[in-house]
Amino acid sequence: MKIPGLPRITGWHPIATTLILAGAMAAFARFNYGLGATTNLSDEFPWGLWIGFDFLGIGLAASGFTIVAAVNLFHAKEYEPIVRPAILTAFIGYLLVVLVLIIDLGRPDHFWHPLVMWNPHSVMCEISWCLMLYTTVLSLEFAPIVLEKLNIVSPIKWIHAISLPLMIFGVLLSTLHQSSFGSLYLIVPNRLHALWYTPLLPVLFFISCIASGISMVILESLIFARGGRDLLPTPLRANLAKIIAVALAVYVVVRVQDLLTRGALRELTALTYYSLAFYAELLIGFVIPFAMLLMERVRTSRRGLYAATLLVVVGFAFNRMNTAITGLEHYPAQTYFPSLIEVFITLGITAIGFSAFSFIVKHLPIFEPMVAGPRPRKEVVTGRPEPIFISREGGDLESR
Amino acid sequence: MSQKKAMLIDLTLCVGCNACQGACKEENRLPPGEEKYLSLTAYTALDKYNDLYVRRMCQHCDVPTCVSVCPVGALSKTEAGPVAYDAEKCIGCRYCLQACPFHVPKYEWSSTKPRIQKCKFCASRLARGLQPACAEACPTGATQFGDREELLVEAARRINAEPAKFVHRIYGKDDVGGTSMFYLSPVPFEQLGFDSRMGKTPMPMLTMSALSKVPNVLSVGGVLLGGVWWITNRRAKVQAFEASQKKDPTRPPEDKP
Ligand code: SF4
Ligand code: SF4
Ligand code: SF4
Repeated sequence: MKIPGLPRITGWHPIATTLILAGAMAAFARFNYGLGATTNLSDEFPWGLWIGFDFLGIGLAASGFTIVAAVNLFHAKEYEPIVRPAILTAFIGYLLVVLVLIIDLGRPDHFWHPLVMWNPHSVMCEISWCLMLYTTVLSLEFAPIVLEKLNIVSPIKWIHAISLPLMIFGVLLSTLHQSSFGSLYLIVPNRLHALWYTPLLPVLFFISCIASGISMVILESLIFARGGRDLLPTPLRANLAKIIAVALAVYVVVRVQDLLTRGALRELTALTYYSLAFYAELLIGFVIPFAMLLMERVRTSRRGLYAATLLVVVGFAFNRMNTAITGLEHYPAQTYFPSLIEVFITLGITAIGFSAFSFIVKHLPIFEPMVAGPRPRKEVVTGRPEPIFISREGGDLESR
Repeated sequence: MSQKKAMLIDLTLCVGCNACQGACKEENRLPPGEEKYLSLTAYTALDKYNDLYVRRMCQHCDVPTCVSVCPVGALSKTEAGPVAYDAEKCIGCRYCLQACPFHVPKYEWSSTKPRIQKCKFCASRLARGLQPACAEACPTGATQFGDREELLVEAARRINAEPAKFVHRIYGKDDVGGTSMFYLSPVPFEQLGFDSRMGKTPMPMLTMSALSKVPNVLSVGGVLLGGVWWITNRRAKVQAFEASQKKDPTRPPEDKP
């Protein structure tokens, strides 16, 4: 089966089905036997793979708010074709993260408590609220796509009427919780390794999520392009790549300067487990892609951009996992490696995400207008046959 | 009882009899046994360094890290001093385990309805006007219960009376903003497994500097983004207008925004 806009993956259905089933069984075990029997979490290592997954999911779903801000607040309207896919990615990403968070909680049946029992001093409380509110914002931004399909027009007008404050609110919420994930660790200066602990954690988390979020947008558009649906012409992708390069550069400067002022650079002179992890993260995710993106040749080639943005995403994953796991292993000298059940649940949920994405792409107007037949493969799409009905402008419907 | 309560633990007086641990286990109906490290079954434990015994337990901090991180307020600092835990509220996020600078809270990992376990400072006994079971059981006075201020005076008096016997520091007086458990030691605390890198600032301050910016981000950010929208929206309209004007050949071509 071929879904227009997505490249075919041979054997995807059996793989996804297996992963989801394995994940469901693992989740069943986790709820029946408790966290102790099914995970490698412990008093010394109370947070593990799942928190890492949450960091990753949220960071990559930053594609949603960055593109919404660019297109609808900064009026970079030429990027409009990618708005819906980006919102969809973010929406699925956030739902998955919320799901993983609930599985991770010791008392999943109490997951709603942060909504009624507040503690304004708790970063975790702030994050819970932001996650909940932003997921609501995303569902409102996503709703018109569903309503359009069902041909229910009046709520779209409603959503359209509040779309501006809604988007601003969404961008603010994102800014807050993207950085707050870093703030979570502000309270463990004695635990987190000096290479990762810094008062600037929230700032660094925010800058890096912009790089990773936009990288995801580019990656997505490249994947759609391979599937025969080129949403962003090369010059537009190249412009996004420039923004990534700037974000990466700012990140590296802030990070290194911070290490310097805190005197943590000496941790890097010897080759240890930690310094190697640090070098891997900084080189793979920041320095190398930055150098690549400086080259016009890379920015304008699909293959080059693919490699560079993939590096950013991988390096981003390294960074979050290092902060959440590696950096905490040195005190109290304890290693952590996820259990099979933790891994299966994570893979299963990821598979649910991908399946949901392809299902929705197939059934909902994510790429308006739907063009019959395969699109010609061209580097630059010129002269669209019809106007595009996309996102925010619920009013566009009337012109149909 | 408005006075804050505390305990003074004088390591020079401790003989390692483990009476405190025994009494604690009895009071809290925990399985008996002598444990070296805090666990689900040991709210207090007796660690040994050469010939010195060190009691570990929740420090019942004045500005407790665990209370500040708990998203649902399941942990709270009570007026009399004890840091109390309410399992009915707890969602099991385990942030308190991650954040407590003394690695005190322990989690019931094997349960499907897990709770946090830690020393309760015998809050229910204090409420009845009794002293904690461990302090009551201590045969040598190494663990002494009393009013926080009075115990601080007493600790200083002991150091001044025998300056050669103690390192001149009351651990817990202002560490991480002060705790309810004061330690006196004949050797530097770093040698006894006390974390000396924590400083005197309460840990929650580290987070507050970030959290206090939240209202600013919301207000300033909101106005800023709205402004950006307004400006760019207007510019887009101007450009569209001028583009339509350009079709008019009588207009000078260099008239750009
Ligand atoms: S020692 Fe740990 S658990 Fe006890 S009050 Fe202080 S922060 Fe909380
Ligand atoms: S595990 Fe429970 S007590 Fe500890 S921070 Fe989370 S909700 Fe609060
Ligand atoms: S104060 Fe009570 S709960 Fe805490 S160690 Fe002493 S006896 Fe145990």
